[in-house]
Amino acid sequence: MATTDTTSTGVRLAADVGGTFTDVVLERPDGTYASTKVLTTYDAPERAILEGVGHLLAVEGAAFGDVVQFAHGTTLATNALIERRGARTALITTEGFRDVIETRTESRFEQYDLDIVLPTPLIARKDRYTLAERRNARGEELLALDTDAMHRLIDHVGNAGYESVAIGFLHSYVDPTNERLVRDSIAAAFPGISVSISSEVSPQMREYERFNTVCANAYVQPLMASYLVRLRDHLIELGITCPLYLVHSGGGLMSVESAAEFPVRLVESGPAGGAIFAADLAARYGRDRVLSYDMGGTTAKITLIEDFRPQTAKTFEVDRTARFKKGSGMPISIPVIDMIEIGAGGGSIASVDRLGQIRIGPHSAGSEPGPAAYSLGGVDATVTDANLELGRLHPDTFGAKDIDLSPELARRAIAASVGDALGLDPTAAAVGIAEVVDENMANAARAHAVEHGVDLAGFTMIAFGGGAPLHAARLMDKLGLDELIVPPGAGVGSAIGFLVAPFSYEAVRSFYTTTTDFDVAGSNAVLTDLTNEAMSFVQQGATGDEQLEVTVERQVSMRYVGQGWEIPVMLDEDSTFDELAAELLTNRFTKAYEEFFGRAIDDLTIEAVSWSVRVSTVVPVRSRVELSATGVSADLELNTRSAYDAVVGDRIDTPVLDRGDVGVGESVDGPAIIAEAQTTTVLGSHHVCTVQSDGTLLITRTARQEVAS
Amino acid sequence: MTLADQAPATDLAAQRRNLLFQVMWNRLISIVEEQALTLVRTAFSTSVREAGDLSAGVFDPQGRMIAQAVTGTPGHVNTMADAVPHFIADIGPERIYPGDVYITNDPWKGTGHLHDITVTTPVFRTIDGEETLIGFFASTAHVVDVGGRGYGPDASEVYEEGLRIPIMKWAERGRLNNDLVAILRNNVRESDQVVGDIHGLAASNETGRRRLLDMLEEFALDDMGDIADFVFASTTRATLDAVDGVRNGTYRNEMVVDGYGEPVTLAVELTVTDDGMHADFTGTSPVCGLGINVPLGYAHAYFTYGMLVAIGSELPNNYASLSRFTVSAPDHVILNAKHPDPVSVRHVLGHFVTDLCLGALESALPDRIPAEGAGALWNFQASARSADPDDPKPPVEILMFNSGGTGARPELDGLTSTAFPSGVRTMSAEATEQVGPIVIWRKEIRPDSGGGGRQRGGLGQIIELGPTDGYQFDFSAMFDRIDHPARGRRGGGDGAPGKVYLDDGTPFSGKGKQIVPAGRRLIMELPGGGGFGDPVERDAEVEANDVAQGYISP
Repeated sequence: MATTDTTSTGVRLAADVGGTFTDVVLERPDGTYASTKVLTTYDAPERAILEGVGHLLAVEGAAFGDVVQFAHGTTLATNALIERRGARTALITTEGFRDVIETRTESRFEQYDLDIVLPTPLIARKDRYTLAERRNARGEELLALDTDAMHRLIDHVGNAGYESVAIGFLHSYVDPTNERLVRDSIAAAFPGISVSISSEVSPQMREYERFNTVCANAYVQPLMASYLVRLRDHLIELGITCPLYLVHSGGGLMSVESAAEFPVRLVESGPAGGAIFAADLAARYGRDRVLSYDMGGTTAKITLIEDFRPQTAKTFEVDRTARFKKGSGMPISIPVIDMIEIGAGGGSIASVDRLGQIRIGPHSAGSEPGPAAYSLGGVDATVTDANLELGRLHPDTFGAKDIDLSPELARRAIAASVGDALGLDPTAAAVGIAEVVDENMANAARAHAVEHGVDLAGFTMIAFGGGAPLHAARLMDKLGLDELIVPPGAGVGSAIGFLVAPFSYEAVRSFYTTTTDFDVAGSNAVLTDLTNEAMSFVQQGATGDEQLEVTVERQVSMRYVGQGWEIPVMLDEDSTFDELAAELLTNRFTKAYEEFFGRAIDDLTIEAVSWSVRVSTVVPVRSRVELSATGVSADLELNTRSAYDAVVGDRIDTPVLDRGDVGVGESVDGPAIIAEAQTTTVLGSHHVCTVQSDGTLLITRTARQEVAS
Repeated sequence: MTLADQAPATDLAAQRRNLLFQVMWNRLISIVEEQALTLVRTAFSTSVREAGDLSAGVFDPQGRMIAQAVTGTPGHVNTMADAVPHFIADIGPERIYPGDVYITNDPWKGTGHLHDITVTTPVFRTIDGEETLIGFFASTAHVVDVGGRGYGPDASEVYEEGLRIPIMKWAERGRLNNDLVAILRNNVRESDQVVGDIHGLAASNETGRRRLLDMLEEFALDDMGDIADFVFASTTRATLDAVDGVRNGTYRNEMVVDGYGEPVTLAVELTVTDDGMHADFTGTSPVCGLGINVPLGYAHAYFTYGMLVAIGSELPNNYASLSRFTVSAPDHVILNAKHPDPVSVRHVLGHFVTDLCLGALESALPDRIPAEGAGALWNFQASARSADPDDPKPPVEILMFNSGGTGARPELDGLTSTAFPSGVRTMSAEATEQVGPIVIWRKEIRPDSGGGGRQRGGLGQIIELGPTDGYQFDFSAMFDRIDHPARGRRGGGDGAPGKVYLDDGTPFSGKGKQIVPAGRRLIMELPGGGGFGDPVERDAEVEANDVAQGYISP
């Protein structure tokens, strides 16, 4: 990136601590970025952050005191859950429900595997305790809490060396009294123990998901709280006294205090940053239907962004242990940016199954030993090896400084892993690997669209992450999309996303009512409570702005009585329900249902299940960039190399350019390979790429082509 | 131009063609998965959305299944594949038109009981200016009601179990068969939901049809002929290869389970040859006068499922794999019920067919076959009705899926409270209580219920529940393994048998209609799975952990 003189005031920083690298991005006062990548320091992640920050500020000639905002996202909470490195934690639950987090859904996530191993519960049975108490679905007390037993249990838990306690009672999302009572009693007797209660962490119906979520929160809380305090203290020591904000899974910023209290909301914050990055670009380019495609070393992630907002969900799974299969991880019920993650990264390993079919992943060679071509001892063929064999990557233009790509090792691995078993020459085997991984991603994107009731026709793809631009043009063809955007800074997209994130908080609660017997007062009360809750979190984060400009989005999840799947219905920002509410909701639901499924069903009662309110600060709209697919042909001295073209179906001479050499307003016809430090963009022979005023590549097709010859 | 016209000029061209076929095969699988997903999203039936009791597939014009979605129930494995040829034969090839949709719930031509409705849609494409039949999409889902006595084992003939729809047109050339809709609406409870689910089935087929036409356009193909040939050839090779791993021979097994009133013997003679595997159920008890009888197609499905998991979990379900697994049985044995035998709850015995057939393979695959498990689900299905005749309240239907323990594996313990062979998921207690007048007081692991062994059987669970708000439960028990527990294997102990009783000690029968009065609680102790291997060989550390966790008593 070009260096410009920064004035001595007002730089903003973002740090994304990932599994391999810690990305630090600095935003200069003029809105341009500088970035650096540092290896993540597992034992004390703040070390890598401080190193990256010190380096960037020095390069930019800025002082620690010039930093006016620091946004941070981390996989630390996720990793603690996956690696089971959390606190010694007890669960206290309603008598009769000790095993909810162990018996799960009573099903097998893989139907055809006799040797299936189900995930181990986060908290073992011996650490799960029960108390006699019970409320019904309306919150009425069926059995009073046995307070003598409670005090005995608290004594036991307090003296048994637990650092953290999760509390989850049946139907506590309706009435949290008993959870609060137990929490307060623990705090009074043992103030050193962290306590999380399910009615605060995740007040949603369905005990398995809610209990698991509160257990996860309690499990990572001591670790995360101490990390966040350490990081903040170090920053202050250095002279960075501006507020530190954390990025949460819903794609907004929250205060350190909120993050320390609800660390489970930090899970998936890195990928959320990528989605915000794409959403910001969608707004800048005025594209209201966008498919965001992020591909790294291990996985690919796809998010749908409509009207500049990423799709959200209320629950997701962390640590899917088997082939990213649904049901093989642990459910976490919190507001989250909804993305589909598949085992399709540059390091994903190719193999041949007993049907003679090429399979990609889910195993990844990761960064150690990495793809065979890295010469670090890897012997399995990976997607990166196939890209090298096909001429899409090249040792001379590969970004990573310390890695010498070996075409010979890649070729040998492809033969050993795939080619020999199928009688294919290495190029044909590499074509197979590339086609299968592209097809896997396309199928996952289609399935994700179906789940959201979305037709992908007319969507624009935004590709980022080191691997995505290599595959994006082909994926665009497979999905029948017409437009692909490869933004600058694609390699550190998540961290840039942190810098454009609003302060936001989404409060969710289950509350049951139906259109035939609509509870007007109850619904209004829930919406008011949720709005106040979300507003207070946002205000806590955004202190300093006197006039806080916010948007409030209210939503209710509804379904026909008897169905199991709710669809979201948007409510007005500030409306209060009156006697016409049932009619209004029926109309809105019916319309939404028709959009999803084509036809509504007459005369059935509709039930409202869960309510949510999202409050976010208004982020100033950045200057709009008009995209243009017409450019002047770039006049460059072209090197060429032999690379495989999917349309021609063979190797052809392909021009190779440096991204920096193509000027704004210039266009390049495919086939072409456009290299830059962190990624490579591949154009097929029917693609054309035009450089936009902000350096973004806009890729379209020259004509409607059959993509499958 | 079709792919077949592009004669392989070189080996390389042939190789690349095969890669393309693989891509298209994957795409077809993705299309049927999408078809199934569409169905789950719109279904009213609890068992469809919670238990995955549905299936979806794509077929060639001869009715040979090319791809099937992986869903929650093995019960549709062969039944779906066999259904479409029945449709073609009964409708008559000359009466198949564009815009048609066909329907049936015939237990012997569909999936084994009247509650499963199968809908089939032909796909036409214009080839050389002519509308040409190029295949079918079919889907099946369990609907909430089909009239008759309602869901339960107490009918003595299938006539009492509800409306039987022979194979007929739900729509012809795009026009809905309103006569059939009217008959349905007048004969089933919850008719809006039932008709809604049938529309959902037709819509999911339509999704598949559109995606298929898009795909053929994209790949410049006229039809699926070449893809089907490729799929069947690859699958046949892999299936025969997998069967080759099992020593040829004839293997037998017998299992006695509770049945209804008197014990039922299930018997199988399994013959393995180079060409496939065949199960013959001679020696099995005769049908009984109640609806636990099983149509042969359903037994076939659970036999095939058992063989697929035993020999090769990667084999896809299609015509080429499934046709290698065949069955036979004398008429009117309980695994070959014939019209008009009642078959409503055929799943209870059907679920045992998998363990029965796996057990037969023990000597052929000694390090592969698990001990017996709880097998049949312990579904709690009740009508909540007012306990006071002077205070009428609307009846509420309640359905919970619950599972006992699975059998221990040669290298692994059994799974605690997990469905096998069914793929059913349980529902949330909070969600169940939200819908009906029920309180679930306990749903917890049942210690000491897994059979001992080098590997321990999976544990069952204890469920305690009762009616509230002045209701009582009329409930239809469909529980097995109360008198006949899951047997251990290779020296492993038996799983604990199940028990059903009221909190005042009143014992309940495992089958049939009974009442849980207001103020009482029903207690169900679900069976555990059998153990594997000699208990003295159990790892001491693992055993100590079992005690520490309270899985077994000290």
